[in-house]
Amino acid sequence: MQVTLEHTNSSAIAAALVRARHQSGSPAMDMVLTLIVVCDDETVTDALAAATTLSREHPARVIGVILGKRTGAADLHAKIRVGSETSGESILLRLSGRLVPHAESAVLPLLLPDSPVVVWWPGPAPTDPSADAMGALANRRLTDAEAAPRPLRSLQASAKAYTPGDTDLSWTRLTPWRALLAAAYDQVRSPVTGGVIEAGPGNPAGVLLESWLESRLGVHVSWKKIESEKIQRVVLTTARGDICIERDADDSATFSVPGAAPRTVPLPTRTLAELLAEDLRRLDADEVYGATVQRLVKA
Amino acid sequence: MTSAAELGLDNPLRDPQDRRLPRIAGPCGVVLFGVTGDLARKKLIPAIYDLANRGLLPPGFALIGFARHDFGEQGFAQLAKKAAKAGARTPWRESTWKQLFAGVRFVEGSFDDDTAWEKLSHTLAELDEKQGTQGNHAFYLSIPPGLFPVVVSKLKQHGLAQAPGDAWRRVVIEKPFGHDLESAQQLNEIVAEVFPPESVFRIDHYLGKETVQNILAFRFANGMFEPVWNSHYVDHVQITMAEDIGIGTRAGYYDGIGAARDVIQNHLLQLMALVAMEEPVSLNAASLRIEKQKILANARPPQRLDLHTSHAQYTTGWAGGEEVAGYLEEEGIPADSTTETYAAIRLDIETRRWAGVPFYLRVGKRLGRRVTEVAVVFKRAPHLPFQSTDVEELGQNALVMRIQPDEGVTLRFGAKVPGTVMEIRDVNMDFAYGGTFVEDSPEAYERLILDVLLGDPPLFPQHEEVELAWEILDPIIRHWSRKKSIDTYPAGTWGPQSADAMIARDGRRWRRP
Repeated sequence: MQVTLEHTNSSAIAAALVRARHQSGSPAMDMVLTLIVVCDDETVTDALAAATTLSREHPARVIGVILGKRTGAADLHAKIRVGSETSGESILLRLSGRLVPHAESAVLPLLLPDSPVVVWWPGPAPTDPSADAMGALANRRLTDAEAAPRPLRSLQASAKAYTPGDTDLSWTRLTPWRALLAAAYDQVRSPVTGGVIEAGPGNPAGVLLESWLESRLGVHVSWKKIESEKIQRVVLTTARGDICIERDADDSATFSVPGAAPRTVPLPTRTLAELLAEDLRRLDADEVYGATVQRLVKA
Repeated sequence: MTSAAELGLDNPLRDPQDRRLPRIAGPCGVVLFGVTGDLARKKLIPAIYDLANRGLLPPGFALIGFARHDFGEQGFAQLAKKAAKAGARTPWRESTWKQLFAGVRFVEGSFDDDTAWEKLSHTLAELDEKQGTQGNHAFYLSIPPGLFPVVVSKLKQHGLAQAPGDAWRRVVIEKPFGHDLESAQQLNEIVAEVFPPESVFRIDHYLGKETVQNILAFRFANGMFEPVWNSHYVDHVQITMAEDIGIGTRAGYYDGIGAARDVIQNHLLQLMALVAMEEPVSLNAASLRIEKQKILANARPPQRLDLHTSHAQYTTGWAGGEEVAGYLEEEGIPADSTTETYAAIRLDIETRRWAGVPFYLRVGKRLGRRVTEVAVVFKRAPHLPFQSTDVEELGQNALVMRIQPDEGVTLRFGAKVPGTVMEIRDVNMDFAYGGTFVEDSPEAYERLILDVLLGDPPLFPQHEEVELAWEILDPIIRHWSRKKSIDTYPAGTWGPQSADAMIARDGRRWRRP
């Protein structure tokens, strides 16, 4: 069911939520986390659709926050949705005027008791996510460098400001590549002496992959810049021969390791909801990501 | 034991902290015996496809079918594709199928035909070379136990049970693990002669369910339940597995087996062991097995089998708004069959923790609704500072773990009825795993097949557990077989009167799940 509240405040929203839950017949709550989505009018539709799909794996209270104009009188509108079709519930807050710089004050009373809080910026993120007033409410902060106007600069900023609990979705996008490379090493079991990544310039996932491989393998990994948005090919040189994983057309890759014929393996492009689901499977800090971005800052 | 190399600990790209990287099985093949059976078509092949779709199968993976049919490699591939398409949980991707297809082979022949086994041997060698399976193969015996001896001995005769170098060979078998202690031991001897115990994987698909694994998390990750998890506070435990359907097309298998052998011997006794066992020192296979075995070895059937067990057959009745046939009228069931479709037994576990706490196990077909649950029923508070009329409606506190469907946990306790001076009534506090969340979680077979390929054994019962379970059940089944008649219950109800009488004798009653 859906409830719209105009010129309202947080306690009225919280009361409306409880009422809506009772009316839909299930006063029990099985939500495991609060997900705050900080967005604007452009990104809100896609972001909330992804967050709602996500609620299937991680039942959540999703709070969408649209920050409006900073001028004028403070005003708060809310739209609440409970039950119907998905688990969890969602609140869409539209803030404007002098309330905008204090958005966290409207969100704080709506957080689920005790449960973890995740904040996600589907568009451009603050340069220091954990110092941001909204980011400070959360245990986990998700940024997306690829959605920023200048992806590399955005990644570097969040790397510099890294605080345990931060991750960037470009790291999440990298998981299938990392899984394939780890599986390849499982098969070859021979020290890696060097590597090459072929990807378009300014690809944040490629930068993270380079840093991760260098930190784990202790070798130099070079870049071959090509015309492509995605990572196209990764080669690791070992004493037994080359490991090569190359992206093909339809969501797959060619996987070659020494001592076996090349094979096709899945390398799907995942939806935003799938990426978020992976990220929320763990709500503590991702140490491997931390080590990877910290190396990036030093380099 | 799984070596460090198998766990990937010597791989610099893996890190225990890096929990994003999935556990991908190493290069290997699965040889499927009994490809046309229900299990293979409905569960195994779809699970293999789902694993491939989730990227959890190794790049070098092969699926080999072995059967007497002459449909050839193309025919088998088509059958597998159809089965995968129909049964898959994850979306259908033609590209995933194409990758699987590269490793699909079919060997035609009967199980006693040596040339077919030669051909299988060549096929595996060819796959090791071309597909990169590196000599690792699992033999999945999805066939009746009567065929085990010939298949296992042929595997040995043709050197297929022995892997070259540090590769592995594993054998996977499905229930029933025999029909009594003696046959279970015979079956084990046949397999053990060829495969060492750590290479034998017995599938009890119940143990692959997320909610069954959650029993371990619930008991041992929380501090607030363990202190009351003993005879000081627990009055008794009820473990129920009820089905609303009849025997359907399983007449040939079911008649002569019955509910106790079909379900209590494996699923229910395993559930009981998980609920009753002491905390294992770790969650690895050996520690878990030690604790489960202690429970199974100390669970005693009742002295008076006539008073504390019940078995029955369903008769024609109305179930869920439909008129349905009784067991004896089902197709393929002899009119004089005494096979039970309902069984209820009381067991006592002779340990310090559980002395005096009976465990009631019941299972049946055509019962009120489909449900599997474990209910821990607590003793009443020793003193109630209320008028006796205030607490008339107060029952015993209970903690119910719902295994399926509607997975979750319910806590039942008393609360004051608002508006009265002091009247107390039972209320439920409910935790649900969330409706869709459960649909998205992996099928039991996905987890179990992956565990076989990874060589990770905690979820597979060993032959000692199987034999201990038969030792519990054998005297009960023997007692029932001596009886000339069997009780009945109308389809769609909660079982026979004898089962109600059996638990009422102890001053208790069955929960309505």
